[in-house]
Amino acid sequence: MSHHIVEVTGLEFTYPDGTPALAGVSFRITHGESVAVVGANGAGKSTLLLHLNGVLVPQKGAVRIGEIPLTRQTLPEIRKTVGMVFQDPDDQLFMPTVYEDVAFGPLNLALPPDEVERRVRTALERVGAWDLRNRPPHRLSGGEKRAVAIATVLAMGPDILVMDEPTSNLDPRARRRLMDLLASFEHTKIIATHDLDMALELCHRTIVVHDGRITRDGPTAEMFTDDELLERSGLERPLGLRACPVCGSLPMAGLDAAEGG
Amino acid sequence: MAGAERAFLDLGRLDRLAYADTPVHRLDPRAKIVATLVYLVAVVSHGKYEVSGLLPYAVFPAVLIAQADLPLGYLVRKLLVVAPFAMLVGAANPWLDRVPLLSVGPITVTGGWVSYASILVRFVLTIGAALVLVATTGFYGVCLGLRRLGTPRVMAVQLLLLYRYLFVLADEALCLVRARGLRSFGRRGTGVRVYGSLVGHLLLRTLDRARRIHTAMLCRGFTGEFHSLRTLRFRGADWAFLLGWSALFVVLRLVNVPRLVGALFV
Ligand SMILES: Nc1ncnc2c1ncn2[C@@H]1O[C@H](COP(=O)(O)OP(=O)(O)O)[C@@H](O)[C@H]1O
Ligand SMILES: [Mg+2]
Repeated sequence: MSHHIVEVTGLEFTYPDGTPALAGVSFRITHGESVAVVGANGAGKSTLLLHLNGVLVPQKGAVRIGEIPLTRQTLPEIRKTVGMVFQDPDDQLFMPTVYEDVAFGPLNLALPPDEVERRVRTALERVGAWDLRNRPPHRLSGGEKRAVAIATVLAMGPDILVMDEPTSNLDPRARRRLMDLLASFEHTKIIATHDLDMALELCHRTIVVHDGRITRDGPTAEMFTDDELLERSGLERPLGLRACPVCGSLPMAGLDAAEGG
Repeated sequence: MAGAERAFLDLGRLDRLAYADTPVHRLDPRAKIVATLVYLVAVVSHGKYEVSGLLPYAVFPAVLIAQADLPLGYLVRKLLVVAPFAMLVGAANPWLDRVPLLSVGPITVTGGWVSYASILVRFVLTIGAALVLVATTGFYGVCLGLRRLGTPRVMAVQLLLLYRYLFVLADEALCLVRARGLRSFGRRGTGVRVYGSLVGHLLLRTLDRARRIHTAMLCRGFTGEFHSLRTLRFRGADWAFLLGWSALFVVLRLVNVPRLVGALFV
């Protein structure tokens, strides 16, 4: 379906305090693609993502979701299509219980009560958090919070998922579980991350951002073996693509996975 | 700093108390809100030297605490956290108002002391009732009820956000207090300057967080309208609660019960 397409052209953005964050960004992401946006701290990843569902409005350039250009008038429509998972789940979870938090979005869509309940249940079961439904969100573990934050977005029924550093601050087990969960989604996915190993596993395409510009856009596996590019962008080769520090052999598993995906 | 941590930490418990299922919890939020408003007006409208006439009002929070099975110790601790404000508000009265009002043996009590006592009693009663309202209704329920009672949308939303930000503020304060505790190695003498920058930091961080939370609400379709999972229904029990208590408050406002009881026995 065409409305899964995300098209950004010539996007520029400077924060009110004068900090330039984006200096002409263009790309087109098509239906069902899974794309990593990587770059060092302050590269402009979060600023870019915030434009995709209209939290920030382009100062120059344009954002289109499918046929719809992003403007103040189309915001409600765009926000139903593009689900945003914020970097810090504590910013996203604000109701007294997990259940109500997930119900918040569907209730705002003015859906009938039984449809709200169906959506909440489906979303919580999808992320394996149905058992947490009566708990207060701020008492959950980091991994559980992240799962619930994703459920709050799924309950809105978006076609496109935008996620800002979803694996940051997770322990290895929680990170693994989250990656498996993300891999199971059929949505178009756009994931900002430092976690190049995750990018390699989940995203066949990567956009490298540096100082508010796109320095590279292409298949993930190619990009992460380009040490010079990584160096220029303030990044490091993912562990999965480094020579084994013990025996010196080059692991190929990661590459295969990335190319196969 | 452990004291400050504990005082703040339990704010969320007030909301969680609202998830119990007792007859008081099941009442329509609007019945509880209006009854509490009548209560507040009655308590506040007494004369400034009134003390004995205020005491019977304690029956309202007391009965609700018992019926709703609320933890008394917790509510008292919340009261103590805000108590310093009340103590400050009336602190000048004993100096300003030195008119002797009554004498008990050799001790003469001035009007200032009596009005100070009156302020403290009112404070305990009104904040106590407000805490009980939130603990049996939940803050979201209170805002929802206010909205359905015809409060303008902006005001109900502001109130809800204010309350959320209180949590955020407490959270951020906790983080900063911990960071400071870690770096001052248990020494107390960290100085006024440090406190100043601590507070400045706190405000900035809270504003930032508050903005991010508001953004997240907007992203999930929040337009400022309140929605509830269950529909509000005003039933017989709600009318009985509202009219019964309101009638009692009117009586207490008009009749000084302790004096009346005292007069009977003199
Ligand atoms: N609210 C803000 N006000 C001013 N400058 C900001 C704000 N948010 C981010 N910036 C600046 O914009 C640039 C890009 O930031 P950001 O998009 O958060 O990068 P990333 O997510 O890649 O770490 C940085 O220089 C950052 O300091
Ligand atoms: Mg960021």
